[in-house]
Amino acid sequence: MNRIEKKLQEDKKLLSIYFTAGYPQINDTTDIIQSLEKEGVDLIEIGLPFSDPLADGPTIQQSSTDALKNGMSTAVLFEQLKDIRKTVSIPLIIMGYFNPILQFGVEEFCKKCHEIGIDGLIIPDLPVDVYKREYQALFEQYGLFNIFLITPQTSDERIRFIDAVSNGFIYMVSSASVTGAKSEFGNTQESYFKRISDMDLKTPQIVGFGISNATTFQAATKYAHGAIIGSAFIKCLNEKGITGIPDFIGSIR
Amino acid sequence: MNYNVDSNGYYGNFGGAYIPEMLYPNVEELRQRYLEVMNEPDFKVTFDKLLRDYVGRPSPLYFASRLSEKHGARIYLKREDLNHTGAHKINNTIGQILMARKLGKKRIIAETGAGQHGVATATVCALMGMECVVYMGEIDIARQAPNVARMKMLGATVRPALSGSRTLKDATNEAIRDWINNPVDTHYIIGSAIGPHPYPDMVTRFQSIISEEIKWQLKEKEGRENPDYVIACIGGGSNAAGTYYHFLDQPEVGIIAVEAAGKGIHSGESAATSILGKEGIIHGCKTLLMQSEDGQITEPYSISAGLDYPGVGPMHAHLYTSGRGEFYSATDDEAMHAGLELAKLEGIIPAIESSHAFAVFNHKNFKKDDIVVISLSGRGDKDLDTYINYFNL
Ligand SMILES: Cc1ncc(COP(=O)(O)O)c(C=O)c1O
Repeated sequence: MNRIEKKLQEDKKLLSIYFTAGYPQINDTTDIIQSLEKEGVDLIEIGLPFSDPLADGPTIQQSSTDALKNGMSTAVLFEQLKDIRKTVSIPLIIMGYFNPILQFGVEEFCKKCHEIGIDGLIIPDLPVDVYKREYQALFEQYGLFNIFLITPQTSDERIRFIDAVSNGFIYMVSSASVTGAKSEFGNTQESYFKRISDMDLKTPQIVGFGISNATTFQAATKYAHGAIIGSAFIKCLNEKGITGIPDFIGSIR
Repeated sequence: MNYNVDSNGYYGNFGGAYIPEMLYPNVEELRQRYLEVMNEPDFKVTFDKLLRDYVGRPSPLYFASRLSEKHGARIYLKREDLNHTGAHKINNTIGQILMARKLGKKRIIAETGAGQHGVATATVCALMGMECVVYMGEIDIARQAPNVARMKMLGATVRPALSGSRTLKDATNEAIRDWINNPVDTHYIIGSAIGPHPYPDMVTRFQSIISEEIKWQLKEKEGRENPDYVIACIGGGSNAAGTYYHFLDQPEVGIIAVEAAGKGIHSGESAATSILGKEGIIHGCKTLLMQSEDGQITEPYSISAGLDYPGVGPMHAHLYTSGRGEFYSATDDEAMHAGLELAKLEGIIPAIESSHAFAVFNHKNFKKDDIVVISLSGRGDKDLDTYINYFNL
């Protein structure tokens, strides 16, 4: 069974952490993953940096630029991760924009992920219809879950369609915005979270974008199965480095 | 072969809509409605009327006799430089602002490189009384100061793009992020034949007035609708797409594109996208783009701020790979001298973008009776500083 699927069977609200590979230092990748597992995080999203991250706010843009300057690339990331399954068992997801994956070769990329023990991919600019037409068979061949996004503007009809194509979880974008930390959610989010929950989808939902602390984590997981923290974690790494991880995770739940 | 967009939004292998889900509702609404709206009688009437009375169309097709004599061909200039705001860009912004109104949008965003598209957008927003935010790379803001002032005077807010290389591609990223953050009331007026489907096709259709006019104007002057060649410079490719549109399926009409080679194609400071580019995805579109081995988008360079885009519209990627189009690239030096030559021989100072098209004569010889139509996409007023510095005027 895919590790993501197994994790989702646990009776708890999942905490997922996103970080940009190659940031703050090029060789921090495995240390960050090990530390996050040790602190009890449930899922990890490893960001493959891209020069033009359209859906990201300033924090992740900056970490991506820095990571690329540090020398991060698809090949370097795969090299760093090649023995990661010897030390961790936490579900690992690679999150990246489509162009670097396309240049690496989609099949080659999937194959590498499979060899390493990556469980899923999030590719925000690979639309669900193109995925279905061109890549679904390949992803399935290599046992990779592809995670799709929905937003407050996504129609019910399209959510049903995405639900049908999805495995693992649906990435529920909290509000109409690019990534970035918020200190609290308002009524609009609450009613959106509830609307989705009431749809009774087959695929569990994990909320991302704008989650930064215990308050936003609780609000996001009132209805959903878990929440993802990205920008706030990057800020923590920027300020305190890897040694800041235990305190940060401890402050969330 | 088909050189127009197909029903899935592709030109051959290129095009499509590689967009994050956040943009899907807006892009999908546009995809479903753009053709229907453009075909509504009142839309057409208003569009045509504004092009005539406000933009000043039809733009003349001018026989350039001294240039013709010099280069040994019958050279016509399509005078988009005489349009209101000084370039072809306004054909598209008039069309898109009417589209935005039909879709019930209240707020307009745009990206700009040289500032021409920003000015053309700010202009139509003033005309329609709509809020306008233009994203412009911090570096371009510094090198195109007069256009920044124009946009402000027209009531637009100019927001500097501070990310990445702080030029056109980053301004486009910022505009897309703004659209993600404002998904309900905002329309994004893209300034070239780029972006996710249906943008390349919509922009091309609004610019196709250029080749529509060439046909009847040439018929009047030469007794035939089809020239032997149509020539245009390519940044993202909107003036080129408009110039080629009605000739795409006329094999007797040669299609020539001139890209910016900057300091030389292989100098590392160039924007010759079709030659240097590989297939990939930029701003929601599968096309040829300049990128590293690892798929990171690289920063182009050209002396002309309107041509330094690392991609090219999907129609042009298809024209290039299918062989339908002949592609050349002109260096900064070639373009500057071609611009000077046009000024001296014809009394017309072109935008430096357009100057690149005139550098075609360094690369291709025409026959004496070849009828050659060049898109003079814009005027040189905005570039005077660059001309002054380059030629020590
Ligand atoms: C006068 C002029 N010509 C050409 C261009 C390049 O754009 P496109 O390739 O979309 O025509 C620009 C862009 O700013 C321009 O201002």
